[in-house]
Amino acid sequence: MKILIKNGRLVDPASNLDRVGDVAIANGRIVHLGDATDFAAERVVDATGLVVAPGLVDLCARLREPGHEHEGLLESELAAAAAGGVTSLVCPPDTDPVLDEPGLVEMLKFRARKLSRCRLFPLGALTRQLEGGALTEMAELTEAGCIGFSQAEVAIKDTLVLSRALQYAATYGYTVWLRPQDAWLGGGVAASGAVATRLGLSGVPAAAETVALHTIFELVRATGARVHICRLSSAAGVELVRAAKREGLPVTADVSINSLHLSDVDIGYFDSAMRLTPPLRQGRDRDALRAGLADGTIDALVSDHMPVTSDEKAVPFAEATPGATGLELLLSLSLRWARDAGLPLQRALAVVTAEPVRVLGSALGSLAASAGRLVEGGVADVCVFDAGASWAVTSEALTSQGKHTPFAFASSGFELPARVRCTLVAGHIAYGAE
Amino acid sequence: MLSKRNPQLNKHGELIHLLSVEGLPRAVIEQILDTAGSFLSVNDREVKKVPLLRGKSVFNLFFENSTRTRTTFEIAAKRLSADVINLDIARSSTAKGETLLDTVANLSAMHADMFVVRHSESGAPHLIAQHCAPHVHVVNAGDGRHAHPTQGLLDMYTIRHFKSDFRNLTVAIVGDIVHSRVARSDIHALSILGVPEIRAVGPKTLVPGDLRDMGVRVCHDMAEGVRDADVVIMLRLQNERMNGGMLPSSGEFFKHFGLTPDKLALAKPDAIVMHPGPINRGVEIASEVADGKSSVILPQVTFGIAVRMAVMAILAGNEA
Repeated sequence: MKILIKNGRLVDPASNLDRVGDVAIANGRIVHLGDATDFAAERVVDATGLVVAPGLVDLCARLREPGHEHEGLLESELAAAAAGGVTSLVCPPDTDPVLDEPGLVEMLKFRARKLSRCRLFPLGALTRQLEGGALTEMAELTEAGCIGFSQAEVAIKDTLVLSRALQYAATYGYTVWLRPQDAWLGGGVAASGAVATRLGLSGVPAAAETVALHTIFELVRATGARVHICRLSSAAGVELVRAAKREGLPVTADVSINSLHLSDVDIGYFDSAMRLTPPLRQGRDRDALRAGLADGTIDALVSDHMPVTSDEKAVPFAEATPGATGLELLLSLSLRWARDAGLPLQRALAVVTAEPVRVLGSALGSLAASAGRLVEGGVADVCVFDAGASWAVTSEALTSQGKHTPFAFASSGFELPARVRCTLVAGHIAYGAE
Repeated sequence: MLSKRNPQLNKHGELIHLLSVEGLPRAVIEQILDTAGSFLSVNDREVKKVPLLRGKSVFNLFFENSTRTRTTFEIAAKRLSADVINLDIARSSTAKGETLLDTVANLSAMHADMFVVRHSESGAPHLIAQHCAPHVHVVNAGDGRHAHPTQGLLDMYTIRHFKSDFRNLTVAIVGDIVHSRVARSDIHALSILGVPEIRAVGPKTLVPGDLRDMGVRVCHDMAEGVRDADVVIMLRLQNERMNGGMLPSSGEFFKHFGLTPDKLALAKPDAIVMHPGPINRGVEIASEVADGKSSVILPQVTFGIAVRMAVMAILAGNEA
């Protein structure tokens, strides 16, 4: 179908584009950017007063299928992605069964493709069953569609296994995605500090993150493996990543919308919506994460999307399932961060478009040249949003099956900026534009 | 984020649940202590009952085992003429997979007026208070490491009884502070009542430095900790601490942090020694001290009943 997005503010961080114009789309690709009044479109999306940006790329979203269908379905969560303007997402392998078999990955990719709401890029398990022992068939999994390998939330205890996994991945140039958390120090339910001490919650010290980072970076030096650090949470962690990049190590990093905006004080009176992994740390950690994202130490902002049912949250804080819904909040919370920090719209969009694409790099194959960008000849993954609108996060306002978020209006009392009006994936309208 | 109203107070600032000492207005604490004083005489009467809770049902919901605390709550409720139902849930519903809130909903349907809750997880009583019917009052009888407010309040009653003025006291709390809900409730209560020096005493594994954020002086040396103290509160040392690598042995702990007559001699001559019980003789406290003239451990138990009566009576008189 030929679609014309008319008269929008075209913003593309990758090409430093910010001007009013049209986007002409045919055969799933952007055929013209700028003045396209002569384009014979079958469908016209009037974007007057709206921003037309590349579709968002989320490096961490759990869809809960297979295995956790009561929490989220591919259909509901990919619809949530489209509603959030997300056109590509990376999902960790901690499904049930774990994504450690090529057949499972192919099935997941196939089903996602049929829904055509959002591109899905699975991470394969780094070790079988995520057990931290035997390695998975990384080459086979890559052929099946995995774009990297991850231990999800399960830290590898055995340093020898981690070392070999990095060596093996480095043989083929695969990226290993690791959340830096020491298996033993990371056993608590809230960040160590005044709040956890006062509430009597078991703590996770910042050393849980820094000990793991030191180990990972030392092994990167030894193996040359490329590592993506998932969801940094501490000021000390940001500093270590900064030093590693300065040294020239092949590492990238992301931070979640939760850690970027919240701190442990927000736990209040045991609010289980704030039960998250990594745990919310102190205000100074949050400030360091915000600064790290602004100066590029942290490459990308992720939703850390995790649909959790009400039953799993209606229990004492420590027993609550960690996680929060996030796909539909990613754009708004990136814009809010940029607004708070006095950064331009282009920067807010870069950390959810061009930067995550750079993290994915050649793993995206032919998409690498145009995903996360508005470029003639490139794929038509587009997000059209109203930057001037605001919305309150309520259950009814969310498409995701997961309704729990720390940013729920009922508990936060604040409205978030920007509302997605239309999302296109490969030139198809995946959301909006009624 | 919104600052949330203290869930244990109604909009008039009156107590509707007792979940934690933290955030209680000083006037509310004083009201509880004064009311407890008036109930103390009831305990000495031949007929040890007042009719304040007649016709009311108090459910003791103990998700974690406790004989002593449950018994004192039971006695307190019965002396107020309430009907008391003891549920030892550690061994019943939850073992069958029922959720905490389902258990509470079922008991609410039996027309409970008050839940006395003990749970191994910090914050469980807050969760129950949030979800129970508006007329039901929740009393926290100990949740995880978080709070044990009636113990904190009975400790304040005891201190006030023996020391009268809080504003010139030095109070040392000794032992496993990091895992202690009693220590947390004591620290909050002592702060609210204006105690100028609160010390937390023990090895670094049991007394982490971030306790300073609660306004206490952290001491890793027993002599420094108890010197010139007016009140020494000893905490029970759980055996599990030896397994978790927090302490090498109870013997080494006793040698350095156990309260012996020698160490007690460093405190003020009229210092009192308290302990929430049950005591471990020769682990955190020497028998000579536990049974000595400075010990007020048994009066604490007596005062505990009066304080719990006061809490229940006050809650029953307030509406959400």
